[in-house]
Amino acid sequence: MEFLSRLLTFLSDALVNIGAWFHGLLVGWGLGEPWLTLITGGIGALILAFFPLTVVVFMIWAYRKIAARMQGRLGPNSSGTWAGPYGILQTFADAIKMLVKEDVRPRGVDLVPYNLAPILVVFASMVLWAVVPFGPAVIGTDLSIGIFYVLAFSSAALIVFLMAGWSSNNKYAAVGAFRAVAQLIGYEIPQLLAVLAVVMVAGSLRMQDIVAQQDVAFLFQLPMTALIFFLASMAEINARPFELLEAESELVCGYFIEYGGMKFGMFYLAEFMNSTAVAAIFATLFLGGWRGPWVDQAPILGTVWFLLKMGLMIFLWMLIQITLPRLRIDQMLAFNWKFLVPLALANLCLVGLVNKGITEAFPGGVSAWTRAGLLLVANIVLFLATWAVVAAHERKAQQRRLAWEQAQVEGAEVSA
Amino acid sequence: MVPLTWYLILAAALFCVGLYAVLARRNAIAILMGIELMLNAVNINLLAFWRYTDPMVPTGQAFAAFVYAVAAAEVAVGLALIVSIYRNRETVDVDEINLLKW
Amino acid sequence: MTLQHVLFLVFGAVALGAAIGMVTARRVFHAALWMLLSFFGVAGLYVLLEAPFFAAAQLFVYMGAIGILIIFAIMLTRGMMRQRLPRVNDQWWFAGLLAAVLLGVLAWLIWQGPWPVSAAAVPEGSLHRLGTVLVDPEGYALPFEVASVLLVMSLIGAVTIVRER
Repeated sequence: MEFLSRLLTFLSDALVNIGAWFHGLLVGWGLGEPWLTLITGGIGALILAFFPLTVVVFMIWAYRKIAARMQGRLGPNSSGTWAGPYGILQTFADAIKMLVKEDVRPRGVDLVPYNLAPILVVFASMVLWAVVPFGPAVIGTDLSIGIFYVLAFSSAALIVFLMAGWSSNNKYAAVGAFRAVAQLIGYEIPQLLAVLAVVMVAGSLRMQDIVAQQDVAFLFQLPMTALIFFLASMAEINARPFELLEAESELVCGYFIEYGGMKFGMFYLAEFMNSTAVAAIFATLFLGGWRGPWVDQAPILGTVWFLLKMGLMIFLWMLIQITLPRLRIDQMLAFNWKFLVPLALANLCLVGLVNKGITEAFPGGVSAWTRAGLLLVANIVLFLATWAVVAAHERKAQQRRLAWEQAQVEGAEVSA
Repeated sequence: MVPLTWYLILAAALFCVGLYAVLARRNAIAILMGIELMLNAVNINLLAFWRYTDPMVPTGQAFAAFVYAVAAAEVAVGLALIVSIYRNRETVDVDEINLLKW
Repeated sequence: MTLQHVLFLVFGAVALGAAIGMVTARRVFHAALWMLLSFFGVAGLYVLLEAPFFAAAQLFVYMGAIGILIIFAIMLTRGMMRQRLPRVNDQWWFAGLLAAVLLGVLAWLIWQGPWPVSAAAVPEGSLHRLGTVLVDPEGYALPFEVASVLLVMSLIGAVTIVRER
């Protein structure tokens, strides 16, 4: 009974306690200061690097299964060669297949960027996990610039697409790379502006501070901001309807056309890792991260809530990805520059004004619920205003179309 | 703590490498890259002085932020000019772009 | 030789070595990649200087924006199958001499003068302080606005210059 209660206490904050036990073990072995930090930091980094890999292996299977069932097919299964119950080992089989493929080197490629690009793209997706808060005290490193670090590395990762596209010595790859960079750079701006609105309300760039400020989840305080970030992130992770970068039927897979075998596998892996990382960031910024009921008593529940929220976001993205067709490049860019960027700017101005107004009007501080309510009202006003503007625009476009058709009919009658 | 002189000498070395790139290379874009390297060296200097002289006052950091903005603006206009010259002259070799008319 | 010294040497070697690789690269695309590696080394140096905001800004602005601009310009001004131009012009030896002399003079000057170094630690809210001073009317709000006007000017100017007629 005593053992059971001690076990439960240990498990209620499992990750932190395991870390502390390991730390005590190393100190007991007599390790000095720089080695201690290096070894614990190194093992922490390894665990943090392997976590997305394992999640992605499961996620690829889940994506294919869910997509199949939604489209009326079966998906990976064991009716042919055995691949585990429900085909769960399919991803391993795919990985082994990619590993044993021949490493083709097309003629005329620039070797160093060509080989470096797959590695760097996985690297860029992996470093995002260093600042994701898994629990109240479980985070890779609580940088003072937390969310800005994430944005900086997503932005710096664009170089890799240019490297891959240009060094492949193939015009489809180059065109794919240009389109990829145009899309990704364009959609970084509303993503950045939405994050800026959240940072203004939270008052800090640190991830743990942003989570701590979410007594009411930011999804309910700032729904328009969440929507803008959601759409912009969908473009950043190349999910349909923004999936132009690897449009199999249009650009023959875009910028990684010349990559085969495991190099292609690494691009594929990096894309899924990126979408998982962005789901984690969305869960942290807007859904409250590790917050949830009973986290004070058992901090390990924080990690559970966080993983559930992350899984919810991934499922939502899969849902949209499976059911929508893809946009053309001009439709996508027009959507970004003509709609999303002005909306994000208006959202930022409005949220900033309301936030500052609250600080000025209630100098003695205000309860979280009041602030949440006021921000929610501001966001709803913005939503209604946007709806009105878009409806007016659509009405005018409809009238123009009708007038044009009328002119066509009259012209045909005159000439007939 | 690393002595301040190390940072300053490193920044001076980066500056001189950038200067060599500006003076010696023929491709106009490579010259712009040398200018970016020089601006980076200046930024290192600013931040090193901010850190080692008086970290309480954010003047050095503000100045470095403005250098970022100016560098971005300058590279945008510079590259626009180079692309426009390429469309007219079919070359970006600065030794061949030495006549105003032909 | 504490860890800080080792890290400084590593990042400094990356920054300087990549810069030298940039000026001696045969193809200008490789020179751009070397330049990006140099920027990465400089970002590491900023982390050592306890200015993490500028390390992230370096990645964001230089690698994510300026680097991509430069690579786009390289792609737009160079056919894929073109023969390569000679790398340096005729006065490269003089340029090298000038750079070396300048480096010597600067290094000697830096080694000489006693610098007013203070061992103060970076305050906790330095990021907040930077943000506040950038929008403070008695701080640097005016240069901030002028910088934003400059960026808009350069944006309009670049688009106008490159516009197809």
